[in-house]
Amino acid sequence: MPVLLELEDVSARYGPIRALHGVSLSLEEGSTLALLGANGAGKTTTLRAVSNLVRKTGEVTFSGRRISHRSPEGIARLGISHVPQGRGILAELTVEENLRLGAYTRRDRASIRSDLEGVYDHFPRLRERLRQPAGTLSGGEQQMLALGRALLQRPRLLMLDEPSLGLAPLLVREIFGVLARLNGEEGLAVLVVEQDAAVALRTCAFACVLEVGRVVLAGPSDELREHESVRQAYLGY
Amino acid sequence: MTVLLAAAWSEVAQQVVSGLATGSIYASLALGIVIIYRSTGVINFAQGEMATFSTFIAWWLIEDPNGPDWPYWAAFVVVLVISFAGGVLLERVLIRPVEQAPVLTIVMVTLGLAIALNGLIGWIWGAETRSFPGAFSTRPIHVGSVTFSIQDAGFIAVMLAAVLCLYLFFRFTKAGLGLRAAAAGGEASRLLGVRVGWMLALGWGIATMLGALSGMMTAPTAFLDPNMMQGVLLYAFAAAVLGGLDSPIGAVVGGLALGVLLNLLGTYVDFFGGQMRLVGGLLVILGVLLIRPQGLFGRVAVRRV
Repeated sequence: MPVLLELEDVSARYGPIRALHGVSLSLEEGSTLALLGANGAGKTTTLRAVSNLVRKTGEVTFSGRRISHRSPEGIARLGISHVPQGRGILAELTVEENLRLGAYTRRDRASIRSDLEGVYDHFPRLRERLRQPAGTLSGGEQQMLALGRALLQRPRLLMLDEPSLGLAPLLVREIFGVLARLNGEEGLAVLVVEQDAAVALRTCAFACVLEVGRVVLAGPSDELREHESVRQAYLGY
Repeated sequence: MTVLLAAAWSEVAQQVVSGLATGSIYASLALGIVIIYRSTGVINFAQGEMATFSTFIAWWLIEDPNGPDWPYWAAFVVVLVISFAGGVLLERVLIRPVEQAPVLTIVMVTLGLAIALNGLIGWIWGAETRSFPGAFSTRPIHVGSVTFSIQDAGFIAVMLAAVLCLYLFFRFTKAGLGLRAAAAGGEASRLLGVRVGWMLALGWGIATMLGALSGMMTAPTAFLDPNMMQGVLLYAFAAAVLGGLDSPIGAVVGGLALGVLLNLLGTYVDFFGGQMRLVGGLLVILGVLLIRPQGLFGRVAVRRV
């Protein structure tokens, strides 16, 4: 499989504080990669570096194209959907408007409509709440909305930042179930930042462990799961 | 007794109607302020001078002996278009470079813009006052016992038409959705592919157009001079604060309410005529900020002025 996303020696800083120290990683088309690590390890910053939401050095290539200097909206238009931490729900807008914003850059009206139906099939709860301000949804519903909206972007790569945050275990399983299904059935590539290492390692084919802004371990999830330090630090046994 | 009451009633009604007409002017300008505030969190102090500038362009097109001598409505439409383009341009050239700067910096830039525009108007057109044609006749019409001018009704109609257009734009067009998204959350919108920078410029364009509208309504009732909109701007601030700085509906209701309130005060409270009217506007701002800082319809407390 050809490489879809590649980071080469990416460093980033927030003011004087360096958050990433030369991170390199790659993700193949149709594959799934989990970013693991403690708080402050640079997981979120890695995603923000891909979307160019943070000052950085180094190269990011997407599908053979350098995207290091493109604007966030330009990167989104290339087919990278980034669901940020906190889900990026526009609380004042209705659920339906949030979904329509997912298809904002698309012109193919007919397939937008069928994609919308697809999202409602994945998440029937959203259909019941179309006219409601998105801010009134529960955390789980908001995550579903964020995911549904991301799918309406018809991305080639879906980046999720802590989708499990604040959700009940049952919902977490549901969300990751949807991810696995999208990857299996439609070949959607997924890059997910996750605190819950067990769930992430189960869902993603590959994983990558960050520590203080550096990649310290990377490989197939099966191997990482057996790794002593990963087991102790992230799986707790 | 009943005759007296009826007479009093018709006078009140008359003051209310003419208050609504003046209020429509405030509402238009306030709406412009609110649209910029919502998308950038900044109060645009140049809103008044921008409106004056637009109105001078209209004057040049219609009235200036050296101008092209256009019919009113043709000039009206062209001025709205020019104002829109000018607003977009101002945002791109002046505001964009300081977009990431602290709010106070941007506010200072708008203040500077106000002063610069004021000087520019004087330089191009001179400082003398000029008369500006009204689109509507000032002939009085009688509805029941209430008398008001066609111009009053026209102002209210123009403002309502503008509000309706804005509503349709924000609700049913893609650009309208993009603009609301950009105002609700810049970063989240960018991740969805919304070109937020251009949305802010679009907001400035719309706000400038609304300013032009209020300027062209003000000029026939006052006189056109470089400082014409300074008083109106204060009332528009009062209207926007009264309605809630982040609420477009609030700006409209606030503008109309302020127009009526000041008119009634001017008529029935002896010392409120003339120059005291401005003080009334200031008192409204003060009162709202003290009692209900978020305004009638606003959701967030006013913090950044």
